[in-house]
Amino acid sequence: MRPFSFNRAETVKEAIAALAQNPDAKLLAGGTNLIDLMKYEVTHPGMIIDINRLPLKEITDLPDGALRIGALASNSAVAYDERVKARFPLLSSAILAGASPQLRNAATTGGNLLQRTRCYYFYDTAAPCNKRAPGSGCSAIGGVNRIHAILGANPACIAVHPSDMCVALAALDTVVEVEGPQGAREIAFLDFHRLAGDEPQRDNTLQTGEIITGLRLPPNPFGQNHTYLKIRDRLSYAFALVSVAAAIEIDKGRIIDLRVALGGVAHKPWRDTLAEREFADRAIGESTFREIAERLLIGAKGQGQNDFKISLARNAIIRALRQAAAGTPQDQTVKAIQ
Amino acid sequence: MLNPSKVVGVPTARIDGPLKVSGCAPYAAEHYEPFMLFGYVLPATIATGRILAIDATDAERFGGVIKVYTHENRPDTAWRDSKWKDEVALPGHPLRPLESDRILFDGQPVAFVVAETFEAARDAAALIKIHYAAARPHTDLRNELSNRYAPPVPRMKQLVPPPPRGDAEKAFKEAPHRISSDYEMSGEYHNPMELFATTVLWKKDGELTIHDKTQGSQNSHEYICQVFGLDPDKVVVKNAFVGGAFGQALRPKHQLFFAVMASLDLKRSIKAEMSRREMFYLTWRPSSFQTVSLAADEEGRLTAVMHDAVHATSRYEDYQENVANWSALAYKCDNVKISYEIAKLDVSTPGDMRAPGAATGVTALETAMDELAYVCGIDPLELRVKNFAHRDQMQDKEFTSKALHACFREGAARFGWSRRSLEPRSMREGHELIGWGMASGIWEATMSPAEANVRLSGDGKVTVSAAASDIGTGTYTILAQLSADAFDIPLRDVTVRIAESTLPKTGVQGGSWTAASTGSAVQAASKAVIATLLKHAQKLETSPLAKAKVEQVEIADGRLVLEANHQIGMPVSEIMERAGLSGIEEHAKVGPDMMTMRKFAAYTHSAVFVEVRVDVELGVVRVTRVVSAIAAGRILNPKTARSQILGGVVMGIGSALHEEGMVDHRTGRIMNHNIAEYHVPAHADIEDIDVIFVDEDDDKASPIGVKGLGEIGIVGVAAAVSNAIFHATGKRIRSFPITLDKILTERTDQ
Ligand SMILES: Cc1cc2nc3c(=O)[nH]c(=O)nc-3n(C[C@H](O)[C@H](O)[C@H](O)COP(=O)(O)OP(=O)(O)OC[C@H]3O[C@@H](n4cnc5c(N)ncnc54)[C@H](O)[C@@H]3O)c2cc1C
Ligand code: SF4
Repeated sequence: MRPFSFNRAETVKEAIAALAQNPDAKLLAGGTNLIDLMKYEVTHPGMIIDINRLPLKEITDLPDGALRIGALASNSAVAYDERVKARFPLLSSAILAGASPQLRNAATTGGNLLQRTRCYYFYDTAAPCNKRAPGSGCSAIGGVNRIHAILGANPACIAVHPSDMCVALAALDTVVEVEGPQGAREIAFLDFHRLAGDEPQRDNTLQTGEIITGLRLPPNPFGQNHTYLKIRDRLSYAFALVSVAAAIEIDKGRIIDLRVALGGVAHKPWRDTLAEREFADRAIGESTFREIAERLLIGAKGQGQNDFKISLARNAIIRALRQAAAGTPQDQTVKAIQ
Repeated sequence: MLNPSKVVGVPTARIDGPLKVSGCAPYAAEHYEPFMLFGYVLPATIATGRILAIDATDAERFGGVIKVYTHENRPDTAWRDSKWKDEVALPGHPLRPLESDRILFDGQPVAFVVAETFEAARDAAALIKIHYAAARPHTDLRNELSNRYAPPVPRMKQLVPPPPRGDAEKAFKEAPHRISSDYEMSGEYHNPMELFATTVLWKKDGELTIHDKTQGSQNSHEYICQVFGLDPDKVVVKNAFVGGAFGQALRPKHQLFFAVMASLDLKRSIKAEMSRREMFYLTWRPSSFQTVSLAADEEGRLTAVMHDAVHATSRYEDYQENVANWSALAYKCDNVKISYEIAKLDVSTPGDMRAPGAATGVTALETAMDELAYVCGIDPLELRVKNFAHRDQMQDKEFTSKALHACFREGAARFGWSRRSLEPRSMREGHELIGWGMASGIWEATMSPAEANVRLSGDGKVTVSAAASDIGTGTYTILAQLSADAFDIPLRDVTVRIAESTLPKTGVQGGSWTAASTGSAVQAASKAVIATLLKHAQKLETSPLAKAKVEQVEIADGRLVLEANHQIGMPVSEIMERAGLSGIEEHAKVGPDMMTMRKFAAYTHSAVFVEVRVDVELGVVRVTRVVSAIAAGRILNPKTARSQILGGVVMGIGSALHEEGMVDHRTGRIMNHNIAEYHVPAHADIEDIDVIFVDEDDDKASPIGVKGLGEIGIVGVAAAVSNAIFHATGKRIRSFPITLDKILTERTDQ
């Protein structure tokens, strides 16, 4: 850790101004990721701007049936909010599949979107890593890459985005509300995170000086036909090797609207809307599920230690679709996978 | 002449518990002094090579920094290897921190920064620039198997494989049933909750009081005095509270060296605490490869046992543990061949980790026994009963006791083993296949030389002192229980003074021998106190005990009385007063009884039964039920004893399913050096664990009938889990930990 100056913002405007004036400043929300990164010497902000006093904790109903979640609402507050539980149970479930109660109490909505990869090399400053030190190389390729990407990776970086919450948000067509020096704008969730491309140091499309103010969840027709299935190396408190957020709108045994988002497989929460649309009007059933899984994993490629993720993802997608179709979402307090 | 148990054998909460849970128990890093200094260690980031240059200019200029030590400016210390050898040192050359520019393993300390605050020391350390010349590292045991060798200097004679018995090769070839399998185990890292730390409090006259995280205050004391040439009377080492150690704190660690070095150099008090990351650069359970070959006759009686083990060691020391010798004594068999070798890697020296060797070797043996059971078509428990060893064939000795049959019987009954069908994949619920597996465990029951003082004061209160440690095991409590019973007083009237180098000599706490050794010393000293008390009583005029023999008396209710008739006797306080004494203090020294041990061998035993549920499509394993039946002689405190076994079982589940050091063999560096990515079981991974202590009377293993409990709980657990996974899925996975990818990709055996 390096010495830094500490600044507390009282308003969104203040925070944006402080960010604009201090290019090496970082916003502090729950701190559960940022402080670790500072201790590991991965990041050295010259200034910390504490945003915890900004009025962004509220969860509010919008006239069109959407729900707005403030960027500073804690992961626990969101997961246990009655409206979220009733109308967006997939989100609640995904949050509860992640981290630990203590972390979820501290972690915020905005921070969760911006948490960085858990790639071992990213956290170890002695290792070359394009994401941490652009141009230094990617140590994970040919190295310890059990947790790395099977989709959308490229030789610059094979890291995955580690969030559970974001996988559900991707499936729910969430909108990210941001504000910056140029004013407010909205980013569709699937455009928020990015693939590594040739700039692996950039995880998302947030512009310099912008801050996340909240999320907007549009109403959805899925009812109980959803699930969040997380497969990990122990039964709790581990990041996903593969996770699946599935939601299906069904009419008379046929698919109307299919959403399958994958976690732990790519540089961003992975969704292939084109592929999803191909299954409109298909009959619910084992063979359809299998086809969906195969289709979503076209082009999947292992890196050696993580080759198993391809068959794991396939089986997990099929299981998740069964749960969603049956209207029996995975209960995160039950350790057996249903 | 000692009372029947009132407190011993009764589940008793730790007497140090309230201090611990209220945060009032100071651990090694929690001793403060105004103006003290703080140190921080910088680890190397290559596994082998040299330091070409160190630039510490920025660190030295950093606000609050007092001094940066590197190999270029380290103060002089002892130069002979022998001075660096601690009580549990290994054959080879002990690590001398900052000795030279050579790097022998990833994470080797390369600089020690001292500053006025911990933060300044830590932050300055990050500014040190080191230019390395890295050589190609060799850290993959798999690739170094051809360089294996039998350790030329044995660490202890028990670690040398016994000579072959009979003709195992021939018997193997001729047998109707046989299996031969290879087992691979990942390196494991102890990761006790408390980080390694040392606080050195420096006094003007050169006296040092050192609070060290160690399993032996006297070991640290001797090491420090030798290395720095200090007067032993001017140094005190304390380890009042230790937040877990599991063997990692047996040998002095470099933070002790650094803290003392800087304290002497700067003439200041100083504290050095390691980071979690450094827990991966200290000792570790070495990665290993083993081959076990078993053969049996038509009835399932073993006709051949061959066990071949190799594990990692460092370039500079020959770490050794008993991996394979268990196979020469666990079961009755006349044809046995054991081989044990090590192979050098560019790693830090491995060390003892809970049940060192047995946790590795018995896992292989007990998985192999399960495989043999299936080849023979015999229930795995029945196979073990059939091959029960009534004698230690390896040493050709009787057992002091072996209630393993009772473990089998009571464990199986509690678990419901008789309802098991032999067939794999025969139980299913929902998506999960259910499997039941079992294994047997064994560990040595040893006594090490130990001394203790016991003082009885006029008011009937007792103080026990010995340099023993309590690494979370419950030493404080059992010593208090033993003395409370000896003097028939409540626990609260006993003061236990342990964990300090000035106290009566005691070895490091390891090998499960503390309760048997120090407990016996306390009992012997208590007896001596009573004998002295009787002598004084008999000197008094009109003593009712004038003719009593020491074997005939005991203390009851504050009186020294005849055991046979409590009416006859006199109050302890009266004896003391009339004899003009304020108290009686006696010293005792105990050690293994060599005569007995020439004829007898002492071991603890266990039978572990495990239920797993495996979602084969997803590879997810849940351990839903464990029954661990333990034969460990007399159980002094069923409550702390149970905790020991629970901890062992949890750790065993970790080694079966989770614990894995992930090394990038291109650089020789461990990459998952934090406990978010180095997995141990979480609460969700642990369900029912049922612990049974079977009755086992043993009057030979130790004077107090105790055999020790620290290690036996883990032994066999990983094998029972893997055997249960086989029973559930038909997949025999011989590579530990059994992570879900292995379940997904392994084919069904049958
Ligand atoms: C041991 C451990 C286990 C974990 N396990 C899981 C898991 O299983 N699943 C999972 O999903 N997560 C897991 N997490 C991650 C956890 O969810 C994230 O650390 C958390 O969500 C981050 O939120 P925060 O508020 O603490 O962010 P902070 O650490 O405060 O911030 C993270 C980043 O976001 C930026 N930021 C924060 N708020 C805003 C904003 N409003 N606008 C712009 N930038 C902002 C900060 O500047 C910083 O760069 C785990 C974390 C730990 C430490
Ligand atoms: S995968 Fe990405 S984060 Fe990991 S080492 Fe490669 S570049 Fe760095």
